[in-house]
Amino acid sequence: MIQTIAFYLFAVLVIASAVMVIMSRNPVHSVLWLILAFFNAAGLMVLVGAEFIAMLLVIVYVGAVAVLFLFVVMMLDIDFAELRAGFIKNFPLGIAIALVLLAELVLGIGAYRAGAIALGTPDGMAAPIVGVSNTEALGALLYSDYIFLFEATGLVLLVAMIGAIVLTHRKTAGDHRGQQDIAKQNRRNPNEATVMKRPTVGEGVEL
Amino acid sequence: MIGIEHYIVVSAILFVLGVLGIFLNRKNIIVILMAIELILLAVNINMVAFSAFLNDLTGQIFAMFILAVAASEAAIGLAILVIYFRGRGTIAVDDVNRMKG
Repeated sequence: MIQTIAFYLFAVLVIASAVMVIMSRNPVHSVLWLILAFFNAAGLMVLVGAEFIAMLLVIVYVGAVAVLFLFVVMMLDIDFAELRAGFIKNFPLGIAIALVLLAELVLGIGAYRAGAIALGTPDGMAAPIVGVSNTEALGALLYSDYIFLFEATGLVLLVAMIGAIVLTHRKTAGDHRGQQDIAKQNRRNPNEATVMKRPTVGEGVEL
Repeated sequence: MIGIEHYIVVSAILFVLGVLGIFLNRKNIIVILMAIELILLAVNINMVAFSAFLNDLTGQIFAMFILAVAASEAAIGLAILVIYFRGRGTIAVDDVNRMKG
């Protein structure tokens, strides 16, 4: 009973906040509604026992992505009223496409419920081990069968990080702060880069 | 009793709302990026729900990969947005025609 109540609470809240994300006039409010949507989606995931993904959703999305959005929205000085100009004009087309998509999805769900396509049963390879927490079972699977995919994900994140830094790094003429000068680095030798000191006890070192 | 159908319906509605958001806010690329995040969230809910109801953890593993890709996509998208704003002083997507694609 309480599961049903919790499910409907989370489901209604996640859909309502998604509506507010796309409808609100101020993008800052959009980000805040997005955070609420992520929290409620995490609640939905906890309900089916996927607590690790739920916590990941809260940490990664709310802690990193939503704050990133918030930073960008607040840093850029943008006239948001002007950007909303096409809202009414695009409304009929958007609603039409959304309705077509929703009808298709409802059709797909109906076909699934009718049992038209056999999904197949899991072979038990990745079935969670009984008596082990969700996090532990996920870890056992992730670091054994999916280790290469896991490392590839790390590479994706690394490339994204380098890309974001390279894209936003400002290069101004004459000012070389923060930029590497490879030749200068190679010219350095230990004699001019380091000094030897023998400090006496109780006294500091003058450099 | 909550079944997998309930979860699929929620994620389908969320997906449609994401697509609708892209169409409604055609000019504001920040809201478009947020709508893409909503779409990916819908996909994640689907993955986790099927994983739980089929008793197979693979779906949750892939939900983690989707999460990582969504995070890097948001970072790159916002970085492009920032340099675009620096150069043009606006983020209206309608004006993005410099490459004449």
